[in-house]
Amino acid sequence: MKRIRFTLLIFSVTLLASTMLNARGVYQSREAFLEETFNGSVPKAEVIWLSGEIKQHASEILHHKPNFLRVRYWALGSKSAWVLNEIGKEQPITVGIVIENKKIKHLRVLEFRESRGDEVRHPFFTKQFLDVQLEKENQLSKNIDGITGATLSVRALKSLATLALYLDSKRKLKAQ
Amino acid sequence: MLNLKTLTAAIFISSPALVSANEADLQKQIDELKQQINATAEMVENSSAKSTSGNRTTIGGYGELHYNNWTGENGAKSKKELDFHRFVLFFGHEFNDSIRFFSEVELEHSIAGEGQNGEVELEQAYVEFDLSQNHRAKGGLFLVPVGILNETHEPPTFYGVERNPVEKNIVPTTWWEAGLAFSGEFAKGWSYDLGLTSGLDIQDGNIRGGRQKVSKANAEHLMGVGRIKWTGISGLEIAATATYQDGYEQVTAGSNKTAQLFETHVAWTTGPFGLRALYATWNLQDATNGRDQQTGYYVEPAYRINDQLGLFVRYNSWDNQAGDSNIDSEKIQYDAGINYWPHPNVVIKADYQKQEMPGDKNQNGFNLGLGYQF
Repeated sequence: MKRIRFTLLIFSVTLLASTMLNARGVYQSREAFLEETFNGSVPKAEVIWLSGEIKQHASEILHHKPNFLRVRYWALGSKSAWVLNEIGKEQPITVGIVIENKKIKHLRVLEFRESRGDEVRHPFFTKQFLDVQLEKENQLSKNIDGITGATLSVRALKSLATLALYLDSKRKLKAQ
Repeated sequence: MLNLKTLTAAIFISSPALVSANEADLQKQIDELKQQINATAEMVENSSAKSTSGNRTTIGGYGELHYNNWTGENGAKSKKELDFHRFVLFFGHEFNDSIRFFSEVELEHSIAGEGQNGEVELEQAYVEFDLSQNHRAKGGLFLVPVGILNETHEPPTFYGVERNPVEKNIVPTTWWEAGLAFSGEFAKGWSYDLGLTSGLDIQDGNIRGGRQKVSKANAEHLMGVGRIKWTGISGLEIAATATYQDGYEQVTAGSNKTAQLFETHVAWTTGPFGLRALYATWNLQDATNGRDQQTGYYVEPAYRINDQLGLFVRYNSWDNQAGDSNIDSEKIQYDAGINYWPHPNVVIKADYQKQEMPGDKNQNGFNLGLGYQF
């Protein structure tokens, strides 16, 4: 037991010495995500208001009433970028989603603040969303395998991917 | 007449300019209105965000109502019972972006108090500090990082009305201790937990009864716990936990018997298929009546028909006196059932259990359950 205590002590000191208290969870800023998506020429933000049918569908996708009135997005021709938030268990998870020709081309967790379930930010999980599109009744075209112990985070990401695809289908296309 | 003609002509000539001026005014007004609407929306959204997460205090919870209908054989008890098994509330608070508090308070079996069936338990109450993006430390009372259900046991997340008997009787779920722990990720998909906590107070080899629940817990002998987990492929989790405690009887002198637990599990989902399998074994030094070795495992394949419906079967085997092969103590239970999720956070469950217990003291029958989380 003494050995365990000693090991833990050494481990604690090493960790504390090598790191200052740091906010975890910010993996990419919204600005950096947009810059990357549009190669430095970020178009002006546009807005979709959640009202009528759109609000009803958004509620069905999220399984609760959305706590926002509108969604900002950035679009250039058939490509659009969305930065959306959804609470996993307690804290909002911020996700950036790029859609091109009605298919997800990139999905990245920008901020994660839950105490568990942060495995969803890894490419091994997010790459499952590549080329996923919307099927009838707002279902994703592909099954997304979950992560044990991260059920709520997985669900949040699936909901946001579905919502982004749905909202993309409702946006007005502008000439590139 | 001339005046009227002149006026008419003047209006006719100047009307495009007037219309143009009106259009410009109208557009200006529309733009101003847009700005006002956006400003209002922003205020409403900010206010909504503050009322939910902005104030940094969160609540959540889960609960489960069970109905058991078992027929006892060879002296085993029959049971027809309705029980609100667990009513749990979570309270959390973020002090700032890197320090947070989390707690879980549970009322078991509806009523607590002297002579009642239930109890009120504090199962989690800890403060967690972010040391860096990938490393955290926490102090307080927390769930021991072991098994599949010990840390994640909200009813919609698992199959079966009752928690599986292996994690209940061997692990022993739900198991919490107080102390200090570190957790984090040291490579992509690889995570660790390492802790020094209060320990069990095991008498007569009774592991489940040895949980002190951090209620004036005897801390003469502490416990070390470590877990390593790999989640490098989507849908797959492989983990192993080891605990070590000397002096599991918590006596001050004369005894320094050690207790060691080794647990490993795999949880895998791919498409509609799911599989959970867990193995756990205890070594209790010098425990008598075969209780020096206590071992169990289960295998649980599952099939998700759609988002709302899932089927499972489970084979459970556990033995709390595995150290003596002369004692008929191996227990086996087969489960098969269905989960129906009318909402992702609400579940209705039904299952059938068949036991092969020592002396054929079986409790066979079915269970129904309603669970929720928020």
